[in-house]
Amino acid sequence: MKTITVRYFAGFRENAGLDEETVSLDVATAADLFRELSDRHGSTEPLGHCKVAVNEEMVDWDAELNDGDTVLLFPPVAGG
Amino acid sequence: MRITDVTIVPEQLREELTDRAAGAYVGFEGWIRDHNEGQEVLRLEYEVYRPLATTEGEKVIAEARDKFPILHAECVHREGLLEIGECAVWVGVTSAHRDEAFAACRYIIDQVKVRLPIWKKEHYVDGHSGWVSCERCAEHAHDHPA
Repeated sequence: MKTITVRYFAGFRENAGLDEETVSLDVATAADLFRELSDRHGSTEPLGHCKVAVNEEMVDWDAELNDGDTVLLFPPVAGG
Repeated sequence: MRITDVTIVPEQLREELTDRAAGAYVGFEGWIRDHNEGQEVLRLEYEVYRPLATTEGEKVIAEARDKFPILHAECVHREGLLEIGECAVWVGVTSAHRDEAFAACRYIIDQVKVRLPIWKKEHYVDGHSGWVSCERCAEHAHDHPA
């Protein structure tokens, strides 16, 4: 089990009804975490449209997670 | 790359890019329009995760410098609530000749739209609102393989 702090933005925050939560989950990668939390919060946004950062760095979805990491989950971006 | 919650004034920003070696300046302004996907838009709200929007924007500008022989490039993006007609994003590029300034400006705005952690919520005339997903921007970005 890993203890991970998750921060939600924009539509993810509204969907989850939370800015942030700390979860203990048996997950290896950022993609695993995304799938677990999508189920938990009933989100249907495809992973391929979203982005993720771990400890303030943008990473690929196959990035390994470590105990104590902070993960930022970004729904589809739309600047400009 | 800068994120701001005050009005963008392109005439002031372009002054920062002046250079005696520059023969061309290309500026792009993205404005808030009154409609999207068949709906009448009243105003727009930008949410920005500043730390990573800034670092990712700096990366985009550095990539533009690597790809095109330009002199200076800068990008400023708004956050918060914007009204119709306001400037949401500005990109300015200077170079010796126009071709590279156009190309670099296009590269920067296309990448900024699909890579920076920025989200926009449209507030419609009929009272509802929704987060925008920018699929068309993603298609444009494919014109510039990394």
